[in-house]
Amino acid sequence: MGAREGCGAPGLVIAGSFIGFGSLVHGSGIGLMAGLVSSATTWALPGQIAMVELYGIGASLLVSGVAVWLTNARLMPMVITLLPLLADGRSIGWRHYLVAHVIALTSWAVTLRRLPELSVEKRLAFLSGLGVTLWVISFVATAAGFWLAGSLPRPVTLGLVFLNPCYFLLLFVADLSRRASGLALAVGGVLGPTLHLIDPDWGLLATGLAGGTIAFIINRLSHRIEISRG
Amino acid sequence: MAEPSPWLTVLVAALATYSWRVLGVMVAGRIDPDGPLFEWVGAVAYALLAGLTVRMIVLPISALQDTDLGCRLIAIAAAVATHRLTRGNVAIGATAGVLVLTILTAAGVRVTS
Repeated sequence: MGAREGCGAPGLVIAGSFIGFGSLVHGSGIGLMAGLVSSATTWALPGQIAMVELYGIGASLLVSGVAVWLTNARLMPMVITLLPLLADGRSIGWRHYLVAHVIALTSWAVTLRRLPELSVEKRLAFLSGLGVTLWVISFVATAAGFWLAGSLPRPVTLGLVFLNPCYFLLLFVADLSRRASGLALAVGGVLGPTLHLIDPDWGLLATGLAGGTIAFIINRLSHRIEISRG
Repeated sequence: MAEPSPWLTVLVAALATYSWRVLGVMVAGRIDPDGPLFEWVGAVAYALLAGLTVRMIVLPISALQDTDLGCRLIAIAAAVATHRLTRGNVAIGATAGVLVLTILTAAGVRVTS
């Protein structure tokens, strides 16, 4: 069921985004095989883009490692918020360490949206089917993007690189009205670029911690006020 | 300075990324999904995601620097409008945004610079 979902709109977005990535790989000189292995082993696009571009400008291993590490910090809270909804009290096991590898923004957002219609036993299977499908699509698309790079006009490549943030932004716009996530999204969206201007290395992590905490406190306070008003 | 090996670069990136996923699984088993800590972690995740996404659009460090900020914002407005008009179809909305940015960039339109 998850695999079927993966062949629809989420699969198209992953395909388009990784074609964009493949063409960046072509331009950076890191090589097709390294790009493919990156799609297989890292599988989190914003970090991969940062890695390939830093490699392209000759940055040191330390600089690119830290940049990827900070860019992908989001994965930890994402895994924490998704897993308990899949495990339902049963202990966390090796399956969860495996499936964690295919938790990235698209698979996470789609699974969270579909969870309410799925029984608890089917949720892990859904995420696995969806995640592995998207994962496989990403290799094919990376290779396709690499080979197309010479023939695709530059504006098309740029459009494909834009697809990823554009798609995520729309997913979040749809969530803005939801109380639990909406405020955190709004605060994070404002703090993200602002703190990046102050410190491009640590700005993102600071955005998550500060923005999340602000939204959490406001939500708690407003909830308490509602209760006291009865 | 000697260029780092592509393979080492990919390996370091993969380990740096998977470390967050492993930490997530380890913490997920010890946290109460109905408690305030879980709610806070969720808020941090959403703030991080929104911060990263808006930063990628407004202040790209990537190839998107070659596109004009005004064109990117027009493309986002087109994507959101299409998303609304199609009653929340995210794929069509995102496609519209990509098409608008591609066309404006190909036409050499510059709004903000």
